[in-house]
Amino acid sequence: MNALTKKDFESNQDVRWCPGCGDYAILAQIQKVLPTLGIPREDFAFISGIGCSSRFPYYMETYGMHSIHGRAPAIATGLKVSRPELSVWVVTGDGDALAIGGNHFIHAMRRNIGLKIILLNNRIYGLTKGQYSPTSEFGKKTKTTPLGSIDRPFSPVSLALGAGATFVARSVDVEQEHLNGVLRRAAEHKGTAFVEIFQNCNIFNDGAYGFLTDKNVKAETRVLLEHGKPLLFGKDRNKGLRLRGLKPEVVTVGENGVTEADLLVHDERDPHGVVSYLLTQLDRPDFPVPLGVFRCVDAPSYEELNADLEQAARAAKGRGELAKLLNSGETWVIT
Amino acid sequence: MTAFDGVSESAQGEAGSDCGRARAAQALSRIRRVEELESVVIRFAGDSGDGMQLTGAEFSKSVAKAGHDFATHPDFPSEIRAPSGTLFGVSGYQIQYSSRPVFTSGDAPDVLVAMNPAALKVNLADLKPGGMIIANTGAFTESNLHKAGYASNPLEDGSLERYRLYRIDIGGLTAVALRDSGLSKKEVGRCKNYFALGLMLWLYSRPLEKEVDDIRRKFAHKPEIAEANVTALRAGYAYADATEMFPAAYQVRKADVRPGKYRSVTGNQALALAAVAASELSGLKLFLGSYPITPASDILHELAALKHFNVTTFQAEDEIAGICSAIGAAYGGVLGLTTTSGPGMALKTEALGLAVMLELPLVVVNVQRGGPSTGLPTKVEQSDLLQAVYGRNGECPVAVLAANSPADCFDATLEAFRIAVKYMTPVILLSDGGIANATEPWLIPDVASLPKVEVKFRTEPEGYKVYARDDNLARAWVRPGTPRMEHRVGGLEKDFLTGNVSHDPVNHQRMVEIRAAKVARIARDIPPTVIEGDADAELLVLGWGSTYGAIAQAREFARQQGKKVAQVHLRHLNPFPPDLGEVLGRYRRILVPEMNLGQLSRLVRSRYLVAPVELHKVQGKPFKVSEIYDKIVELC
Ligand SMILES: Cc1ncc(C[n+]2csc(CCOP(=O)(O)OP(=O)(O)O)c2C)c(N)n1
Ligand code: SF4
Ligand SMILES: [Mg+2]
Repeated sequence: MNALTKKDFESNQDVRWCPGCGDYAILAQIQKVLPTLGIPREDFAFISGIGCSSRFPYYMETYGMHSIHGRAPAIATGLKVSRPELSVWVVTGDGDALAIGGNHFIHAMRRNIGLKIILLNNRIYGLTKGQYSPTSEFGKKTKTTPLGSIDRPFSPVSLALGAGATFVARSVDVEQEHLNGVLRRAAEHKGTAFVEIFQNCNIFNDGAYGFLTDKNVKAETRVLLEHGKPLLFGKDRNKGLRLRGLKPEVVTVGENGVTEADLLVHDERDPHGVVSYLLTQLDRPDFPVPLGVFRCVDAPSYEELNADLEQAARAAKGRGELAKLLNSGETWVIT
Repeated sequence: MTAFDGVSESAQGEAGSDCGRARAAQALSRIRRVEELESVVIRFAGDSGDGMQLTGAEFSKSVAKAGHDFATHPDFPSEIRAPSGTLFGVSGYQIQYSSRPVFTSGDAPDVLVAMNPAALKVNLADLKPGGMIIANTGAFTESNLHKAGYASNPLEDGSLERYRLYRIDIGGLTAVALRDSGLSKKEVGRCKNYFALGLMLWLYSRPLEKEVDDIRRKFAHKPEIAEANVTALRAGYAYADATEMFPAAYQVRKADVRPGKYRSVTGNQALALAAVAASELSGLKLFLGSYPITPASDILHELAALKHFNVTTFQAEDEIAGICSAIGAAYGGVLGLTTTSGPGMALKTEALGLAVMLELPLVVVNVQRGGPSTGLPTKVEQSDLLQAVYGRNGECPVAVLAANSPADCFDATLEAFRIAVKYMTPVILLSDGGIANATEPWLIPDVASLPKVEVKFRTEPEGYKVYARDDNLARAWVRPGTPRMEHRVGGLEKDFLTGNVSHDPVNHQRMVEIRAAKVARIARDIPPTVIEGDADAELLVLGWGSTYGAIAQAREFARQQGKKVAQVHLRHLNPFPPDLGEVLGRYRRILVPEMNLGQLSRLVRSRYLVAPVELHKVQGKPFKVSEIYDKIVELC
């Protein structure tokens, strides 16, 4: 096999996202990561729902399905259980995964089925031209909330953890290198790997993540999660997160006797995940927004367990024989 | 045997002599009078907890082994454990067996076994005039009579004079028989259904020993319970024999059924067996994605226990995930199956449309129940036909088949898979709550004689166009993992050839038409329509699904009365058989009995411009033969 390149993963279809849409950068990163994974191209399948984000499979020169709104995790589950050897990716949006598809989304993670679920979160319904979504901020004015939204948003990464996800991460469309690293980690994870990507919809929700991407402020508004390292951030890397009991607080190293040793050290492998959950809840304006891998723990995947079950059944009963099955139970002969 | 010591109430049959414990000793040696019957209909009825389903099922197994044809109809409440003694907690099991072909579980029972007052109250109206009632007197307590709404005890107030009443303290006699078993009162109470079974086996001249073996096998993991049940069974049998309360035992002559090896199957079992058969015949894994719902859940239960075959079952988070996972599996190149009932079918609608667009094989089973909404979950109806044929957005053709009896579910399911893979299309298979749980003898087919389920995956990348079609208008099935054939599919309209997204107006019309043409083309495989009865009659009775038996029996009765009636029963509801229009045109009148408000009538009327006479029944119960018969007589 010749080494695969990014080009090998580009389909011949014109990409139809709006110029400037954050989806382009995400597509490019995925196309960059896949050839490096040592998996033959024909073993990838991309399944999506409906939304701008869900156009994704058309642009990938892999097997793919652009399905129906919210149902991609369910379709991908059937595919993965039937064909565990495939690398199955779900690309979804904040409406697709969290509103109409919320049920399938949580159950995929609860089962720990080996899917890579990539959520392009633009905090808006892009395809239907700008209604608020389950991640839109409280009070947000959109076409359907002219007086401001009274829905409380939830955090996809918190939800994923609550559903028992074994890999939960977050990145940003424009942070090429960071995104690349997170996607690679997700690709290598066994079981459900969930990645939320902050994505700018420059048409209906432009600048939603400006606070995170603006060069002038981003050092203050984000904290990068690195396993085994203290949670430090800020232009001068002297701000940090400290836990008081289970209460997080922002402190400045070198002030009031605070040293680096006082800071929370990130542990993505913590089996209980309480602190990981706490990190997923951090938000502006009181806290920096964490980016990186919140949680990565080992657990048997659904498809493995299922294969084990089927193998055990065959070991116990022998490979089923049709004639025997049809003739099983109580039979009688009429002459 | 001293099982009758201390019986408080002496059981008395109207025609029988009184109970005598002294007679017990001679019980087994007595020569009894045996009357021959043509056929018999028995209904076992009691509280949900009384075990009447088991008694009925065991009884039917016993008669099956004697070479009788039979049909059953279990009827249970939707409450799992309805309060005991109440009218809505009554569970029933009816069996008809005969020396002739049996088409239905029978209209009116000849015998009613009533385990409590509520069971008597609910079922009495159905009993034949002069029919036999075996009443479990011990349960006719003041409180139970009150719960059933009886002001006085019907066993004593003369209100049952028109029937042959046998009062037997089934519960009490069982307790006496099990006095020394060491079991708790509750456990002993659970054995009374075997006492009742013993009674009935004696009454209908069935041997005891096979049943004893059966019990020991069934309760192998709980030997004390097995022995208690055996004791109760023997006690019931001996009681019937010893007391001479029944004037005669009955025997139904052996039926003239096709020779071969038989087993008894429910519709849901037959369906599951056929799904495994489809997997074995095609060499493909079977994937069932399903969410539990009455009366379809048993299919999931059955297949979940068959993982030593090439079978994966997946209990999804809802019906949408059930069908979607099956679509994902089909995309992966395995046989996709999803099973449900009415409300679940409604949830699957959107995904069915996707499967139509994707042109992937998929079998969707709807075990219909009373609707709309939650409706009558445990009752039978066939009111989802129009939903199956039309119930989707867009021009969205799907093949629709129906099974007409429990055993027929096997053939219908194999046919569904055959069509699905040959035409790369979703197929809806309609069963119903009657067929699903009812049992019927099934002539076990030879595996070599089963129809082929042929599957060919395309692996040749040269010239591959995703929506290019073969002679059946089916596109090629390509498994992910096949090198150099990576492609995308989806719910957006496709280009006629490449399958790329296309908004071209002319292309859309072409695709809409070709999807319709493809499903219509399935008709090429449908054999000439079989006309049963008198093909040259003036009246044709047209049906589909589980009404087959009642229609066939009614037609048979009419024939015996010198009336000419033809019958056509449809397996294929979309597309219809190609000769159906011509066949319908031959008859002056067409009668369409349906358990809905005329859905098949509507379809044939609009398609063939015929004007059928409609006969509707939507009571959660199957047609009685007499209801169809009366209509036939009216029209002949
Ligand atoms: C069953 C159904 N309901 C509604 C729609 C309309 N619809 C399409 S995409 C969408 C929202 C998409 O939002 P999101 O998932 O955030 O994707 P984005 O376009 O923002 O990437 C809606 C409501 C649909 N296609 N199907
Ligand atoms: S509407 Fe927004 S999300 Fe959709 S393509 Fe345009 S910029 Fe991207
Ligand atoms: Mg969105």
